[in-house]
Amino acid sequence: MPFITNRLKPYAMIAPALAVFALFYLYPIGYMIHLGFHEWNFISPDKTWVGLGNYREMLADDTFLQVLRNSALYTVMTVLLATGTALPLALWLNRKSAFHAFVQGAIFSPHIISLVSISLLWSWLMDPEYGLLNGLLHLLGIGPLEWLNDPDTALISLVIVAVWKSLGYNTLVFIAGLQSIPPELLEAAALDRSKPWTTFRRIILPMLSPTLFFLVIINLIGSFQVFETIAIMTQGGPVNSTNTLVYYIYEYGFRYFKIGYASAAGVMLLVIVGTLTLVYFRLLSRRVHYR
Amino acid sequence: MSLNDAGRRTAAGRAAGVRRMPDASRIRAVLEAALLAANRACMLLLVCAFALPFAWMISTSLKTLPETMIFPPEWIPDEPVWRNYAVAWNSGPFLRYLLNSFIVSVGILALQMLTIIPAAYAFARFRFPGKGLLFGLVMATLMIPAQLIFLPVYLMLSEWKLLNTHLALILPFASSAFGIFLLRQSFLQTAEELIEAARLDNAPEWKIMLRIMAPLARPVLVTFALFSFITHWNDYFWPLVMTTNESARTLPLGIAKIRETEGTATWNVLMAANVMLAVPVLLAFFAAQRQIIRAFVYSGIK
Repeated sequence: MPFITNRLKPYAMIAPALAVFALFYLYPIGYMIHLGFHEWNFISPDKTWVGLGNYREMLADDTFLQVLRNSALYTVMTVLLATGTALPLALWLNRKSAFHAFVQGAIFSPHIISLVSISLLWSWLMDPEYGLLNGLLHLLGIGPLEWLNDPDTALISLVIVAVWKSLGYNTLVFIAGLQSIPPELLEAAALDRSKPWTTFRRIILPMLSPTLFFLVIINLIGSFQVFETIAIMTQGGPVNSTNTLVYYIYEYGFRYFKIGYASAAGVMLLVIVGTLTLVYFRLLSRRVHYR
Repeated sequence: MSLNDAGRRTAAGRAAGVRRMPDASRIRAVLEAALLAANRACMLLLVCAFALPFAWMISTSLKTLPETMIFPPEWIPDEPVWRNYAVAWNSGPFLRYLLNSFIVSVGILALQMLTIIPAAYAFARFRFPGKGLLFGLVMATLMIPAQLIFLPVYLMLSEWKLLNTHLALILPFASSAFGIFLLRQSFLQTAEELIEAARLDNAPEWKIMLRIMAPLARPVLVTFALFSFITHWNDYFWPLVMTTNESARTLPLGIAKIRETEGTATWNVLMAANVMLAVPVLLAFFAAQRQIIRAFVYSGIK
């Protein structure tokens, strides 16, 4: 008897956690795939099987194609800017002193406050009439810009907000990566009178590549799921110029009550996020330098 | 050997240089000081890019409505209007929101502790058939964000009549793959001898887990707790989707809703509300900066 309970013990210890994951993560994904093949308005008791109908409708919908384009554009710009700027910043700020800690803390601070705060604050900063940003541009003799009110600049304005929020996080992750490079390597390079650029190319960058890949994938996945700033700052507008995937799903589910269609769009997001994750692990296992 | 050589060579070189041009080293020192000052000035400029928006938020929150409509904008209001904060606070049931935020964040954290400690312990300390598969399953959920599954979960919770309750905001986050991962790493590092000694003393497994392992993993638990609490305290998406009335709504939703009750252009009131939401978190951040940064940054990569 104690033999059997002993063998069951680890399963019992995992069971509560697994129950949560199965119920709220795995089962819903199956349910969503199932719903994607149906038409349902949430109220009627019957779900109608439509096969791939939702997917065909979606791919023929110009708005959906624009939403995909917006999501891709937003993601690429955010990832390039947020990680591309963070690396030089990390090299610049990587010192252990009270002053550097202060600077690092300041640029990290947006990461820990609510996206509601950030969205409201930036809506006001980007106010076309009385906003601080146009005020600053006015000092330089530029503007005024329409920011979120112009379909041409709305998406890039949201990118600016996203970069402002995540830059500090990315920089600090890079700094953590830099500090885990064995100092002997850098000392050896210094003794060999290696030029700074060569040291960077040959030692720092390869040693930092796991960090770089981690950040790129985290930012990619995060950007594809952008919702809060859009819901609060633009509601997808003007004229769908900032409508992205999660907001599109939200609108179809909760405003138009097209549950099947929204689920099918959710499956598309799942495919995108899943592909990105698989690519990440593939690249990670093949190319990235590990210590 | 070569290190000594290099050291001697540069020292000799420096000595020779000083002998040839007595002023060179002083000029160099001045230049270096100037460079350092310029470097620091640039860093302070960078800090401004992050501090100015927050300062602007506080400045706006103390203005009259006409004062917010001046272009180019001015920084200092004639007389600080503290009333904006009262208007913001009274524009909705904010005590309710605040209480809800506490119930949800603390509830999530408590359940997470209950589920992740035994799970991490089992994954770290037991061998059992299917362990690899089950751990893979747990890690796979790390890649499933709330934004992916909100619709089916909403339908499930609606069927169970749990919408607009605290449970709808707590249960889906009652465990954390991230927490299990972190804690398992820490448990794996605990010395085997400690556990063996306890087992020889016939200590029951739960006692080993709670009396020996958990206290040793305290820094990791604190790190995870900070991460979890701040994340769910700030969350807007999940409560937005799962609530339709005030009974379970949390603070971020209440603040975002002020735009509906007070109008979209009352920036002074909106910023007062925003100060109430953001400044306590910012103060906590500056009080425990190192801990919080570690919670978000270092735990993400190790």
